[in-house]
Amino acid sequence: MAVEVKIPTILRTYTDGAKSVPGDGANLSALLDDLESRHTGLKSRLITDDGSLHRFVNIYVNDEDVRFTGSLDTALSDGDSVTILPAVAGGAA
Amino acid sequence: MLTLTTATYDAIVAHARRDHPDEACGVVAGPEGSDRPVRVIEMLNAARSPTFYEFDSADLLQLYKEMAANDEEPVVIYHSHTATEAYPSRTDISLASEPNAHYVLVSTREQDSVEFRSYRILDGVVTEEPVQVVAALD
Repeated sequence: MAVEVKIPTILRTYTDGAKSVPGDGANLSALLDDLESRHTGLKSRLITDDGSLHRFVNIYVNDEDVRFTGSLDTALSDGDSVTILPAVAGGAA
Repeated sequence: MLTLTTATYDAIVAHARRDHPDEACGVVAGPEGSDRPVRVIEMLNAARSPTFYEFDSADLLQLYKEMAANDEEPVVIYHSHTATEAYPSRTDISLASEPNAHYVLVSTREQDSVEFRSYRILDGVVTEEPVQVVAALD
C-alpha cells in the first residue's frame, strides 16, 4: 500500500530534510520497516526496545491517532496519509 | 534572543495565571523561518495537572495541520510551572522536540510577580537566552 508519510522537523535529519516521504506497507508496522530500509535510524526514534510505539510519539493515519485504531497493527490503504508528530509535553514533575 | 510583543507577553502570562494551579501550555506561531512569534494559540493541557502538561493528541494534529496550511511553525512553545522556578525540568528537556522553537517557561508561584524566561533545548542541552519585549515587531 503506497502512502505518504509526513515527517516532523526533528526527524528530518533521517530524510535529508524532506517534509514528507513515500512509504509502503500493509500495516503501520510494515510501513516503519519499509521506511527504515531507506531512512536508517528513524524507526528507533518511534518504537521502544520492546517493540511498542513510544509513549511521546503520535502517529496518525488519515487524522486518526493510531492508539485508537490498533497501534502498529493499524491497516493501511493506498493513498493513506500518515503523520508523525512528537508529543508536546513536559512539566515541573 | 527571543523578541516578542507586549501583547504576546501579556497573553502568555494571562493564560498561565488563569490556569493556575494547573500548568498552562500553548504555542506562538509565526511564518516559517522568520523567528517572529505572531499568533498566540492557547492549548488545553490534556493532563490537567499542576506538574505536567501535554497537548491533546487530536488538538496537536489540528494545530500542525493549521500551521502547515499557513506556512507557519511553532516559534515559541510555552508552559507554566506553578510551584517551581521557570527553568526546564528533566521532563521538559527529555521531551523537547522542536529544534527551532524558543521554549518559554512562566512561573506563577508568586502571586504578585511573574518569572518569564526563554530557552533553546537541543539534544538535551539547555541554553537560556535573553527575552526582549517590544511594542511591535519590526
